[in-house]
Amino acid sequence: MDASHAAAPAPGGLVSAGAGARLRQAAEYIAIPLFALAVSAFLFSLFLLALGHSPSEFFSLLWRGGFGTAFSWRNTLQRAAPLVLTALAVAIPARIGLTIIGGEGAVVLGGLAAAAIAIPLAGMVPTIVLLGCMAILAATVGAGWIGLAGYLRHARNVNETISSLLLAYVAIAILNFTVEGPLRDPGSLNKPSTPPIGRENMLSPVPGLEVPWALVVGIAIAIALHLLMSRTAFGFAARVTGGNPRAARAQGLPVGRLIVLCTAIAGACAGLAGFFEVAGIHGNANAALAAGYGYTGILVAFLARHNPIAVVPVAILFGGIAAAGGLIQRRMGLPDATVLLLQATVFVVLLASETLYGRLRFFKAGARA
Amino acid sequence: MSGAIGLATVGMTKIFGDFTALEDVSIDVRAGDFHALLGENGAGKSTLVKCMMGFQPPTRGQVLLDGKPVSIADPRAARDLGIGMVYQHFTLVPSFTAAENLVAARGHVPAVVDWAKERKSLDAFLETTPFRVPLDRPVRELAAGEKQKLEILKLLYLDQRFLILDEPTSVLTPGEADEILGLLRGMTDAGLVSVLMITHKFREVNAFARNLSVLRRGRLVGAGAVGKVTTAEMTQMMVGDAVPRPRAARVAHAPVADAKRALEVVALYASDDAGTPRVRELDLHVEPGEILGIAGVSGNGQSEFIEALTGQRPIDDGRVFVAGQAFSPTRGDFARFKVFGLPEEPLRNAAVPRMSVAENMALRSFDRAPIAGVFGWLKPATMRARARDLVARYRVKTTSIDAAIETLSGGNVQRAILARELSEAVDLLIVVNPCFGLDFSSAAEIRNQILEARNKGTAVLLVSEDLDEILELADRVAVMSQGHIAMTAPIGETDRNAIGRAMAGH
Ligand SMILES: Nc1ncnc2c1ncn2[C@@H]1O[C@H](COP(=O)(O)OP(=O)(O)OP(=O)(O)O)[C@@H](O)[C@H]1O
Ligand SMILES: [Mg+2]
Repeated sequence: MDASHAAAPAPGGLVSAGAGARLRQAAEYIAIPLFALAVSAFLFSLFLLALGHSPSEFFSLLWRGGFGTAFSWRNTLQRAAPLVLTALAVAIPARIGLTIIGGEGAVVLGGLAAAAIAIPLAGMVPTIVLLGCMAILAATVGAGWIGLAGYLRHARNVNETISSLLLAYVAIAILNFTVEGPLRDPGSLNKPSTPPIGRENMLSPVPGLEVPWALVVGIAIAIALHLLMSRTAFGFAARVTGGNPRAARAQGLPVGRLIVLCTAIAGACAGLAGFFEVAGIHGNANAALAAGYGYTGILVAFLARHNPIAVVPVAILFGGIAAAGGLIQRRMGLPDATVLLLQATVFVVLLASETLYGRLRFFKAGARA
Repeated sequence: MSGAIGLATVGMTKIFGDFTALEDVSIDVRAGDFHALLGENGAGKSTLVKCMMGFQPPTRGQVLLDGKPVSIADPRAARDLGIGMVYQHFTLVPSFTAAENLVAARGHVPAVVDWAKERKSLDAFLETTPFRVPLDRPVRELAAGEKQKLEILKLLYLDQRFLILDEPTSVLTPGEADEILGLLRGMTDAGLVSVLMITHKFREVNAFARNLSVLRRGRLVGAGAVGKVTTAEMTQMMVGDAVPRPRAARVAHAPVADAKRALEVVALYASDDAGTPRVRELDLHVEPGEILGIAGVSGNGQSEFIEALTGQRPIDDGRVFVAGQAFSPTRGDFARFKVFGLPEEPLRNAAVPRMSVAENMALRSFDRAPIAGVFGWLKPATMRARARDLVARYRVKTTSIDAAIETLSGGNVQRAILARELSEAVDLLIVVNPCFGLDFSSAAEIRNQILEARNKGTAVLLVSEDLDEILELADRVAVMSQGHIAMTAPIGETDRNAIGRAMAGH
């Protein structure tokens, strides 16, 4: 599967084609992923039938566990929030032609950094200052981590896909070493963790809306990044570089700086996801930070075709799938990994569906043939 | 070897959105014909052959093979019918040898290739063709003419009996072109293949083709036998009643005392991607209001020199001064010293294929006022208005300014980029083969633009493989050979022979 090809973002359009043609093209970007989802559901049903389970029961449980009740919605949004940020960590570099798959590393280190800075500060400063410091540090550390992959790409021509993935393993090792060694809270016995940041300092959901702050901030960042990429000179330069690096260089664009900046933005997003995990969920840093949000984010970004706005609904969909995992496990006796298999099926079908773009006649009238 | 086949189109029509690129075109290429397809840039020539090859489904129309209707759904179907195409750009694998390229082209290569056997059959095959190509050198080491021969050999090897060539000679020297076309003409005379060739060069049509068809704005406007149709008539068919703009006159500049040199290159060194030195101790300078033409056989370091000058390639050693000051190829310096340029293969080097015409036209100016406002906030309306103005002024043919630039015809990409590069005050213009793939009136117009810029005081560095172009435009000529300047002379004090000798390295 040619992932780098699949990663090529849709031609970013700030100047728009005629309304009709534009609508058709937009329809293509919605219809094909929906079609891919339907095909995945079908394939997955076959798999369930082979195991002797009822697909209709599975999908109705999926619905109930993810979106059916107020409780499942809360669960879903809580899982969707980090996915928005980790998907942005894939989508933004994709715009400049890079495939970054190591967002997990920035999540983990961002979370660790946030928890670490809280140790000396907790109790010394007001909650709001503490949380601000944690968020800034998490974003900075994440930016440095993924920015390093971008820098290696530019300065040493190291493949950013591989280096970011390897860096993710290094990050997880650093996390494990730190929470089991230097920063271990002696009180954490069977689950080595950093000292808690304190219950009073934890983020609660947005009052009145009951959605996690992480999601609200994630959506705001998604909108801001969409505007940055489509409406500013910086985004324009990044898209030129992604679309044709040779031409970008001949235009004297600072290709290296653009690459490092885009990867740093990506890392900052993923690092923030780590901060929210610590400040909103766990209350400290431990091995649970490496929960795979970085990897699922890759899937979300691809399904959203690297469009920062589209990332949000797709993340909620995947949050729902993940949230339903427990229910499915209990009711159908299927292993928890079943939902991972569903995700994997979606990913493979999705990559395969990339070949459909520009081939379907309906969308072609008016567009390029 | 089987014989040539004939191919005809009936009522071929291709509509993109609300733009009709081809309208009811019927051409007839008989078996054994050498048929030239002429037309201005954007006339629809490439579109027609793409429809014949099954690259694009025609909106309406039919293809007849030896008089019988056939359906060609995709290029593979065309191949199975014996129809093959040589593209404007090479499609060979550069790291493979010619022999490997030929065997790989076959499509159904066995898991383990018995090279001894393959070589024997390849040699036997080569015996049947007049083309000679070194089989064992990697393709990247071959000259353009040899590569083009290999492209044709590939088609013959696949037993294709109808060859479509889309501007096959634009990358070749006249000598190479004559050799290849002569051999092809011989094969058509022998009834082995039929050839349909798109070209902008009347010389080639008159020397090698037997029949011709002319397209204008998607319609067939004339056809006939070469010899019966005069060059003047062909021109008339191509452009219709359009009146060409008068030639710009060359304005003599009075020498300005202590004027700063617009460009000065001192002892420049640069290497190719593999690290082999390609530019060695190159010195040259260009005065304001002067065109310096660099002649030379392609592959003598011209590409590397221009790439080093424009920042696409690191400079190993040496200095570059623009207007007397040290110059580095950054966006800041390009803007500060007003350095613009048209590189070769503009779609690859100067454009972003999937971005729109409007966005591509803003590539120089998107980060400055008036397009960029505070904090680099873009003003799409301004960007589009400028693009609309440039498209009109430079007569770029496009369905809309929002179309991806890759949908433009080859010549119109060239125009669009040149429009962008000449849209502001220019102090130094660096152009490489500016008229490649342009029809004669566009070529004349672009040469006019370059001359007009020079008359206004722009210094022009013109790299061209077309000696006629250099003799027409340049004030001074420099010959590049093996990475350095082998000779420079004012255009009045030298001639074609002296330049030719220097090009050959004597
Ligand atoms: N995919 C496409 N979508 C929209 N318009 C297209 C597309 N392909 C070609 N066109 C338009 O069709 C017209 C004919 O293009 P074509 O490439 O056939 O020209 P051409 O005769 O080969 O010109 P040139 O000599 O410059 O190569 C052009 O105006 C071009 O913009
Ligand atoms: Mg063409």
